[in-house]
Amino acid sequence: MLQTTVEALISGLSGLGMEERMRQKFRAIFLFYKDGFLSMTVGKTLWKIIGLKLFVFFAVFKLFFFQDYLGTKFSTDEERANYVIEQLTQMK
Amino acid sequence: MFDFDPTMVSWARAQFALTAMYHWIFVPLTLGLACLLAFFETIYVRTGNEEWKRLTRFWMTLFAINFAIGVATGIILEFEFGTNWSNYSWMVGDIFGVPLAIEGILAFFLEATFFAVMFFGWDRVSKGQHLFATWMVAIGSNLSAMWILIANAWMQHPVGMDFNPDSARFEMNNFFELFSPVAFAKFTHTTSSSFMVGSLFVIAISSFYLLKGRHIKMAKRSILVASVFGLLAGAFAGMTGDESAHQVAQDQPMKLAAFEGLYEGERQAGLVAVGLLHPAKQVGDDNDPFLFQVKIPGALSFLANRDLNSFVPGIKDLIVGNPQEGIVGVENKMVRGKLAVGALQDYKQAKKTGDAAMAAVSLQTFKQHQEVLGYGHLKEAGDAIPPVAITFYAFHLMVMLWGLFMLLFGLFLYFTLKNSLTEQKLLLLTGSTSFILALMCSQAGWVVAEVGRQPWAIQGLLPVSAATSNITASNVQTTFAMFCVIFTLLLIAEVKIMLKQIHIGPEEK
Repeated sequence: MLQTTVEALISGLSGLGMEERMRQKFRAIFLFYKDGFLSMTVGKTLWKIIGLKLFVFFAVFKLFFFQDYLGTKFSTDEERANYVIEQLTQMK
Repeated sequence: MFDFDPTMVSWARAQFALTAMYHWIFVPLTLGLACLLAFFETIYVRTGNEEWKRLTRFWMTLFAINFAIGVATGIILEFEFGTNWSNYSWMVGDIFGVPLAIEGILAFFLEATFFAVMFFGWDRVSKGQHLFATWMVAIGSNLSAMWILIANAWMQHPVGMDFNPDSARFEMNNFFELFSPVAFAKFTHTTSSSFMVGSLFVIAISSFYLLKGRHIKMAKRSILVASVFGLLAGAFAGMTGDESAHQVAQDQPMKLAAFEGLYEGERQAGLVAVGLLHPAKQVGDDNDPFLFQVKIPGALSFLANRDLNSFVPGIKDLIVGNPQEGIVGVENKMVRGKLAVGALQDYKQAKKTGDAAMAAVSLQTFKQHQEVLGYGHLKEAGDAIPPVAITFYAFHLMVMLWGLFMLLFGLFLYFTLKNSLTEQKLLLLTGSTSFILALMCSQAGWVVAEVGRQPWAIQGLLPVSAATSNITASNVQTTFAMFCVIFTLLLIAEVKIMLKQIHIGPEEK
C-alpha cells in the first residue's frame, strides 16, 4: 500500500512536469528504505520495541500523566507570566 | 496562598535523576561507539580487508541495539519539565528554545538519512559513501549532544541573558555567550569521557571472547583500536576534567568545596587523593572533616586558580563570607536576594495599579540585586550547601576509575602489541567487567555536576524549590513508580538482546 502511495506521488510529480530521473531517484530511495527494513534481522525486534516505547511515552505518559502545567491551567502567556511572578514573589 | 511542598520537590528531583541516569546509560555508548565504528570502517576502506568489514558490521549491530533501546528516553525529561518544573520551564524557555530546536532538527535529519545509509547501505552505496555516512553519524551524534550540554552549562553558569520582570523569562541577549568556557569544558569533557565508555564496551566484549577462545582475531583487532582510542580519549578527558574543575572553582566554588570536603578555606590547599569523610561534620563545628585522608599538597590551589599558593574558599567561607579574601557570604547574598524578590513584587503591584514612578523605582532596585535573585528564596544560609558526602565520593570514584581505565588501556595496548594478550587471564577478566565500571564512572561524573550544584536549578538565580509546579507529591510518585517498571523492562530487553547478539557473534565469513 505504501508503495502504491509513493508510486501515486511520483506519478503526480511527473504529471507536474518532473523529469524521469527524479522519478527514478524517488523510487530508488523508497526501495532503499523498503529493502533495508525487509532485510533486517535483529532490527525487526528493535523496531517493535521502539514502536511500543513511543506508544507508551506519547499515548500514555504524555496524554494522561505529563500535561503541560501552565499550558492547561492558563490560556494566555500574560496569565502564565503573572502566575510565575506570583510564585516567585510569594516566597519571601 | 501558595505553599511549596518540599516532598514534591524531592520526588520531582528523584524522578528527574532516575530518568536522566537511565538516559545516560545509552548516550555515552552511542557517542563513543559511533566513533569506533568510523575508525573500524575507515581501516576496512583503506585496507580492503573483508575481516574489518565483518568486524565493523558486528559492532554496528550492537550499536543499533543500544541506540534503539535508548532512543526517545530523553523525551521523558522534556515531559517532566512541563509538568513538574513549570516555573523553571517558563523562565528558561527563551534560552533553551534555540539549542534544543537545533538539537532536535539535527538529530532527526541525522537519524533519517545517515543512520539509514549506515545500516541499510552496505552493498547498496559505494564504500566511500558508506564510510561518509558512518562518519556523519559519529560527528552528528556528538554535535547533537553539544546543544544539550550547552543548555546544561548555561544552568551552571547563566550568561548572555536578561531577566524580563514583565514576562518572567530569562531572555537571550547574546546567543554566542552560550558558548562559554564552561560549555566548552562540559562538551569536551563529556564527549571524551564517552569515548572512553565506548572503548571499554569494545574491550569488555572482546575480552569475553578471548577468555572463551572465540573470534580471537576480531577481538584482538577491536582491542587494538579501542585501547589506542581509549588512551587518547582518556588523556583528553583528564585535561578537560582539569579545565572543568577549574571552571567550577571560578563559577561554582561551593561545588568545588563540596567535592573536596573543604570546610575551612586555605592557601596551598591540598587535593584529596583518598579520604573518608567524618559523617557528623557540620559547618563551624570542631570535628575534623575527615576520618582519614591523603592529600596532594597545593594541588587543589593549582586546580582552582592555577597558582599553588592561592586561597581556595571552604564551605564556611562561602556561607559566612571572608572579607580578607574578598568573599561575600551566602548570608549577605540572601539579604540582597530578598530585596530583589521584594522589588519584583512591588514592581508587579505598581504596574497593576498604574503607578509608573513606583514601578521605575522598584525596577531599579530589582536590577541592582537581580544577580542574587535566587538567594532570596533560601530559608537559611545552610540551604546553599549541596550534599557534601554524595558529591565528594562521586568525584573521587570518578577520578579513581579514570586512573584504572588509563592503566587498562595501557596494559591492553602493550599486551596486544606484544601478541600475548590471550595469556593475560586476570587482565581479560578485569577488562570484561570494565564496561560496568565505565558506566558507573560516567554516572558519577554527572552526580558531581548535578548534585554538587544543589540547591540551584539555575546557579544563583533559581533554587529547585522555586522551580517546581504547584502539584502534589503523589502525582510524581505515581509516574516515578511507572518509570521504574518501564525502565527496568527496557533495560532487561536491551541486556537480553545484546547478550544474545554477543553470543551469536559476528556473521560467518
